[in-house]
Amino acid sequence: MTRLLEITDLHIALPPESQRPYAVQKMDVHLEANEILCVVGESGSGKSLTARAVMGLLPKPRVKVSQGLVLFQGEDLVGASDERLRDIRGSEISMIFQEPMTALNPVMTIGTQIDEVFRFHQKMPGRERRRRALALLEDVHLPDPEQCLKAYPHELSGGQRQRAMIAMALALDPKILIADEPTTALDVTTQAQVLKLIKEMQAAHGTGVLFITHDFGVVADIADRVAVMQNGLVVETGTTDQVLRRPTHPYTQGLIAAVPDLIPRPPRPRSSEIVLQVNHLEKTYRSGGGLFGGKARVVHAANDVTLDLARGETLGIVGESGSGKSTVARCIVRLNDAEAGEIVLGDTDLRPLGRAAMRPFRSQIQMVFQDPFASLNPRTRVGKIIAQGPTMYGASPEEAKAKTLELLEIVGLDAGAFERFPHEFSGGQRQRIGIARALALEPQILVADEPVSALDVSIQAQILNLLDEIRDRMNLSMIFITHDLRVAAQVCDRIAVMQRGKVIEVGPTSALFAAPKQDYTQELLAAVPGKDWFAKEEPAIRVQAE
Amino acid sequence: MSHFARRMRYVVKRLLQAIPIVIAIVVLNFFLLQLAEGDAVDVLAGEAGSATPEYMAELRAKFGLDQPLPVQLAIYLKNVVVFDLGYSFRHEMPVSELILDRVVPTLLLMVSTIMLAVGFGIVLGLIAAISLNTWRDTAISIFALITYATPLFWVGLMLIVVFSLNLGWFPTSGMENFAMFYEGWDRVWDIAHHLVLPTITLSLFYLALYTRLMRASMLEQAGQDYVTTARAKGVTENRIMFVHVLRNALLPVVTMAGVQVGALIGGSVIVESVFAWPGLGMLAFEALFARDLNLLLGIFLLSALLVVAVNLVVDLIYSSLDPRIEVS
Amino acid sequence: MTFWKLFIRNRGAVVGLGILALITLMAASASLFYPEDPFSLAGQPMSPPGENGFLLGSDSLGRDVAAGIAHGAKTSLLIGLMATIVAVVVGIVMGALAGYYGGAIDNLLMRLTEMFQTIPSFVFAILLVAIMKPSIESIVIAIAVVSWPAVARLVRGEFLSLRNREFVQACHTLGMSDIRIMLGEILPNCLSPIIVIGSLMVATAILIESGLAFLGLGDPNIMSWGFQIGAGRTLLRSAWWVCTFPGIAILLTVLAINLVGEGMNDALNPRLRERT
Repeated sequence: MTRLLEITDLHIALPPESQRPYAVQKMDVHLEANEILCVVGESGSGKSLTARAVMGLLPKPRVKVSQGLVLFQGEDLVGASDERLRDIRGSEISMIFQEPMTALNPVMTIGTQIDEVFRFHQKMPGRERRRRALALLEDVHLPDPEQCLKAYPHELSGGQRQRAMIAMALALDPKILIADEPTTALDVTTQAQVLKLIKEMQAAHGTGVLFITHDFGVVADIADRVAVMQNGLVVETGTTDQVLRRPTHPYTQGLIAAVPDLIPRPPRPRSSEIVLQVNHLEKTYRSGGGLFGGKARVVHAANDVTLDLARGETLGIVGESGSGKSTVARCIVRLNDAEAGEIVLGDTDLRPLGRAAMRPFRSQIQMVFQDPFASLNPRTRVGKIIAQGPTMYGASPEEAKAKTLELLEIVGLDAGAFERFPHEFSGGQRQRIGIARALALEPQILVADEPVSALDVSIQAQILNLLDEIRDRMNLSMIFITHDLRVAAQVCDRIAVMQRGKVIEVGPTSALFAAPKQDYTQELLAAVPGKDWFAKEEPAIRVQAE
Repeated sequence: MSHFARRMRYVVKRLLQAIPIVIAIVVLNFFLLQLAEGDAVDVLAGEAGSATPEYMAELRAKFGLDQPLPVQLAIYLKNVVVFDLGYSFRHEMPVSELILDRVVPTLLLMVSTIMLAVGFGIVLGLIAAISLNTWRDTAISIFALITYATPLFWVGLMLIVVFSLNLGWFPTSGMENFAMFYEGWDRVWDIAHHLVLPTITLSLFYLALYTRLMRASMLEQAGQDYVTTARAKGVTENRIMFVHVLRNALLPVVTMAGVQVGALIGGSVIVESVFAWPGLGMLAFEALFARDLNLLLGIFLLSALLVVAVNLVVDLIYSSLDPRIEVS
Repeated sequence: MTFWKLFIRNRGAVVGLGILALITLMAASASLFYPEDPFSLAGQPMSPPGENGFLLGSDSLGRDVAAGIAHGAKTSLLIGLMATIVAVVVGIVMGALAGYYGGAIDNLLMRLTEMFQTIPSFVFAILLVAIMKPSIESIVIAIAVVSWPAVARLVRGEFLSLRNREFVQACHTLGMSDIRIMLGEILPNCLSPIIVIGSLMVATAILIESGLAFLGLGDPNIMSWGFQIGAGRTLLRSAWWVCTFPGIAILLTVLAINLVGEGMNDALNPRLRERT
């Protein structure tokens, strides 16, 4: 019997000036009906281009299939005509994407965009198309389908947009659904719902799903089989159980070991010395309005936030996007001005201080940023980026240089980095530079705003280890902002959960994980992808990622 | 709230935003013209040959030019509200009458220019983008590049040399042939005949601008994610280009069309003077040299109002193209 | 250098640079080849090109068209450059303040640029020159006054997006002063678009200058291409060359500058280049 999808010896050639000749090489993978195959890999592994190759959507002519076959029910898609591919796309094989905002046409209603799928594949009267579109929106559990048909993409939330995308993809009951990181841009609770939906729809229609992801948690939740990719090569395939429990390839082993589990770190004694006390912090944002505009939207980003930080501990602030966690962090380092409340460092309230008065305290609290590409000035040499702080506070050039070289060593970079520019470094290395910059002023408190969420999982583990190490070595206290409970479990002594500007629950990590008091906290914990797999995992098979 | 109500609110909001700008323009121009050496009385006196200081003072008092500046401005602003733009000493006519006389030819020239430039610009840009890197694209791009670099007045003169003097196809100047006393459709035809060269002259630069913008905009939109989605749905390439991409690509072109209206009036001063087209541009130029303050103020006010009005129309069009208006 | 390599990959830009070099050379050597005042009578009036020793003919007063073009090149390039420099400096200062501080300054600037967009800018320039009396300075000022808002808007946009960039925020957490952040951190990162808009503005400035001179608002003591065309207008029927050649000079100059500007744009923004 012919397989639903069979990829044999697939080579995808990159343009000549690229870093490597092939994006994907010697790929052999197949997909059966009614199964979910996860293709998992880190950025640059070639997993997304594989998905596009199946659809015939490679960015021609720069990137193309140079060798190999993609057989859909025995029919080769690589050599298929454009007309044939167009027939297949949307009706037999369809696709959903990572970023539903940009993947939908901003100036067309959801209804029109769903309607196109019917119009271009089947002859059907308009009323029938509309009826089916409504039924589809109902199937993906969108509230008020009538209204949704008339809505434009920007009027829906991220999760709703992705549901609409799924409705569109499943309109004609395709045999294969290709999902390219469909939940990466979503919050964790939304991600859980969308994953559930995909699974539900797949089971109802017997669809074969090719699911591209970088997240082993998602793999554990959704996959029947797994293919692991590294630098364009499939290094391991097998059932989910085989790959996750008994990985044979060292790369897979490393990746799985690097996945942070939900097991909280062993509790450490908490120092009685409180270094930072945040009391009743308030911050609101206003948008719109103005002289003539209608009503202004007021967002209460920090609403009566009270926190304390003891010497040597790591306090996690956890929440979904819009919860106000970053706002709190930015108020603490005085990048934003809070409207009310206290930020007490030692015995000084920092909140009311003006710029000049704040300056002596700046060095006490330093920040590590999220985006390793945006957080370093592309036109400044690394040495200068790190030395800037000490120089400003009166260090001589020689002292600053010595300090910088020492810091480079602490964060695990060699001294050659001093003369180089940020673009010459990888994401993980840049994050190390960012950490070195924050440490250069010898702060007491380090505020890290999602420091690992832009990094691949193996790099994540390294940076988290580094932060841990530095905290102990320099006796730092740390505030760690993250949306990822797995990461929080790994590094935080205590966790504060934020929702809509409020801290709804604070407690030691292990206590909070074992017995969450608030419904929302329970929901967050339940939504963590792969929690059942990785919670049960034996620490014995953990292999060092590096 | 329905999309329509939101659109209307947006347009009303833009209308309200325009009011302080118009007022600011009136005030600015008033003060600028005050900075100029010499006023209308000096000019009149100069023309008359010799005038006694007493007579000049009398004239100034008559025209209110001896009042302190703020009073002059306040009087002017109050008059503007009732569209009393003062009196032109040169033409011995109320300014509003003079201007209204000249506004129609300028509007005619502007509307035909905008339609020609935007319409052809969009079509040419579209053709260039869909036949990327072919001879068509190259030809259109070179055409746009050259017209983008050509001074308006020179194009006008060269068109006159070729099409009026050598070929005799079009008249060299004016808006109509008064000597023929045309009426009805004959007159319309006569004016249209006179309109051809000025319109082409004025539109060439903007045609180039919109062509280039449209091409770039199409290419940018063609690389967006939603295009991949449309392809993944099995939508035909034609529909992708002419429905999905085109509508998004039009947005910056429409915005630019609004922005360029002001510049267009500037261009019409040159074109009107080349072709002796009896519009506001020529009137402004005449007024400038006659130091006819009131007339100039009136023309500036009217052209600003004109720009605001055209911008409102553009906003209306934009709001029907982009459902996201209230976001920005 | 990579910029240069990327730049010379663009054939149009290289051609533009070549033309521009020739025009600059012509401007620099104008007094060498035509030491006489270009306004002076040089021979038989109304000579067609190539006759009576006139390469490009003479006008009704016997002035040498070719000499006028050579001397006019100086005027065009000088005014174009000076006006652009003034406009770019003013635009950077205003845009940087508005984009960096936001709030009231920003609001004021945006209203101001909106007003400038509503005013017919060329008419405004005419007005300014007429008020200040035509001279090189007044022309430069007038062109700069109508051009700076475009730069300010661009710089404002860049500052607005860069000031929230994490590397700038990192400087805030270090306690760096605003002026140092603006000049040392943000400005170097928006130089490429400023260079590009500046180079294209030279072209626009030359067009405005020629338009002013055409309408008789040029500096009466200095030969310029626009003046030549304006003076030759009445001779269209009898001496086509008087208008034609200076126009071609303007066209070539503006075209060359636009080509170079686009080449710089492509070379400075490699991402955009890849798309096409």
